[in-house]
Amino acid sequence: MNFEEYVAKPLLAGVGITVPRSRLAEDPAEAAKAAAEIGACVVKAQVPTGKRGKAGGIKLAANPDEARGHAEAILGMEIDGHRVMKVTIEEQVPIALELYASIVSDPQSRSPMLLFSAMGGMDVEEAAETNPDAMRRRVIDITEGLSEEDAAAACAGLDLGGQEADVASTLVRLYAAYRMFDAELLEINPLVITRDGRVVALDCKLTVDDSSAPRQGEIAGRASAEKMSALEAEARAADLKYIELGGDVGILANGAGLTMTTMDAVNHYGGKAANFLEVGGEAYTKAHTALAILLKNPEIKSLLVNFCGAFARTDVMALGVVEAWKDLKPDIPVFFTIHGTGEEEAIALVKRELGIEPFDRMDDAVRAAVAATGARAA
Amino acid sequence: MILRKHHKILVQGITGKQGTFWTGEMQTYGANVVCGVNPRKAGTTHLGVPVHASARDAAGQFDVALMFVPPMMARDATIDVCEAGARLVICLAEHIPAHDVMMMHAAAKANGARIVGPNTSGLVTPGETFAGIMPAFNPKVFQPGQVGVISRSGSLGTLVSLMLTQEGMGQSAFYGVGGDPMIGTTTREALEFLDADERTEAIVLCGEIGGNAEEEAADYARTMKKPVVAFIAGRSSPPGKKMGHAGAIVSGGKGDYASKRRALEKAGVRVADVPSQIPVIIGEEMRAAA
Repeated sequence: MNFEEYVAKPLLAGVGITVPRSRLAEDPAEAAKAAAEIGACVVKAQVPTGKRGKAGGIKLAANPDEARGHAEAILGMEIDGHRVMKVTIEEQVPIALELYASIVSDPQSRSPMLLFSAMGGMDVEEAAETNPDAMRRRVIDITEGLSEEDAAAACAGLDLGGQEADVASTLVRLYAAYRMFDAELLEINPLVITRDGRVVALDCKLTVDDSSAPRQGEIAGRASAEKMSALEAEARAADLKYIELGGDVGILANGAGLTMTTMDAVNHYGGKAANFLEVGGEAYTKAHTALAILLKNPEIKSLLVNFCGAFARTDVMALGVVEAWKDLKPDIPVFFTIHGTGEEEAIALVKRELGIEPFDRMDDAVRAAVAATGARAA
Repeated sequence: MILRKHHKILVQGITGKQGTFWTGEMQTYGANVVCGVNPRKAGTTHLGVPVHASARDAAGQFDVALMFVPPMMARDATIDVCEAGARLVICLAEHIPAHDVMMMHAAAKANGARIVGPNTSGLVTPGETFAGIMPAFNPKVFQPGQVGVISRSGSLGTLVSLMLTQEGMGQSAFYGVGGDPMIGTTTREALEFLDADERTEAIVLCGEIGGNAEEEAADYARTMKKPVVAFIAGRSSPPGKKMGHAGAIVSGGKGDYASKRRALEKAGVRVADVPSQIPVIIGEEMRAAA
């Protein structure tokens, strides 16, 4: 789950990190009104991407009229595939120094990691390439947390304009927010030191671990909408993982690894996979729903069902497919290959109910499903 | 470490539907299940073994813990078994919050335990024992033999084991490392265990896009005498999308198929385009090694 700046920044404020005064506006009039309250301001597009500045989505305004003009230009703009529906009107801050700070969940150390740099404001990945030593990394023991001493050590020796203690305490608060919201990434870029000596978070990027949604209910509802197709959204609502790939061989398989492998095999044998859709794990009884969604894709010319049951029982999944097939009566050929837990019952069921002989070898089923699309296209 | 018959297994969540089904299958297969845990059924007997309120109550009686525990309870369950002296903790659950997973790894480290998973389908030693949710009991899939199989995915591991068996090659061990991004036992470590295992003569490594597990494993494979053959799922996956597994994502150009394949091939590991090529290549490599 990703969060836009206007949602994430108040969370920082909640743990005591200073953020600029800010108002949200959805039309130019609101923007002008907010600017009248705030004074000299920054108009910022609210979209879940880091490319706002370069795209012209961030503009300085000296007065309400300028704010109105910028809001008019920015609202409705498309940035990195996201339509801008909201802007923030944020107070201008006199910047002395720009820093970078983030906490990430680091797979290598299986621990949280603090990243800190005195070179803030720029694209972090670019900065990492041009000046790799500028980024300091510090693994955090999750059972101990980040202490003021550790945070101070991470900043030691850098020019922080005499605000070392405030920066260190900001890092400690950042870590507290990272833990509180089950973040995968919580980033402030730039974290600025103002000319009057304050430490202020000018931007905030937050990604929350999807698996923590059950206990992050309060913020989960405010996550940015993900870019997805209508069918992907329908699948999501049914708790199925469905991704459109643009080809014409529909794929229904169980388990993430087997589903990816089936897609790869279709492409290997000269076909084009239409989708990723797995019914494994806890979703294995949902074959009916899965098939109904898959068949709504008008590009599909053949269907490949590949089950390899371990935890997921192939007879249960096959029953779902057979029932859905009889119910939906699709006008495309279907090819089965079924192995593992419950395979005898599953194979017998498919033969009996659909009069189709499942392939003993996966490659033969894949080739047949690919050939069927060619035959129909010709 | 390879799971052996002598390992004494504690099953957390033994009384649940899945816990009951799979523990029963494990017992029939030969697994040495010594006890279970369910705080609400402490003092009872289930599947012929005592049920305890916590793993602490069974400290000293087990060395392997298998968890049939929902994701939100996995952290406390893991800390319990680690503190009760588990050497190996097999964590099946998917969707455990990542902060909990980090706490689990910290608990394992502090107590000298090894975690397999999360989001693993378990370990199988064909003809001997298994722990998890793999169809060890299906003779079309698993047969005792000389090929070690490592997989991030249970379904793909099942398919590859089946294809080996179809070609007359049994398995020395199946090692499900798990589909999560922060797993306790890495692909490289599993490769080291199978390299050290006397019964294993060749190894199949089933990877996926995302992370750098295959690159790390390639570094070790370079030093090995036993042949290693790999397959990497996700060649046709679009970047930036989580392909089912939380760990299966190419982001910012990292973890993509091409770089994994390159790293493995540079280390002398042959990479199959489709799983059906695996038994063929394994056969060639084993003959060449002999």
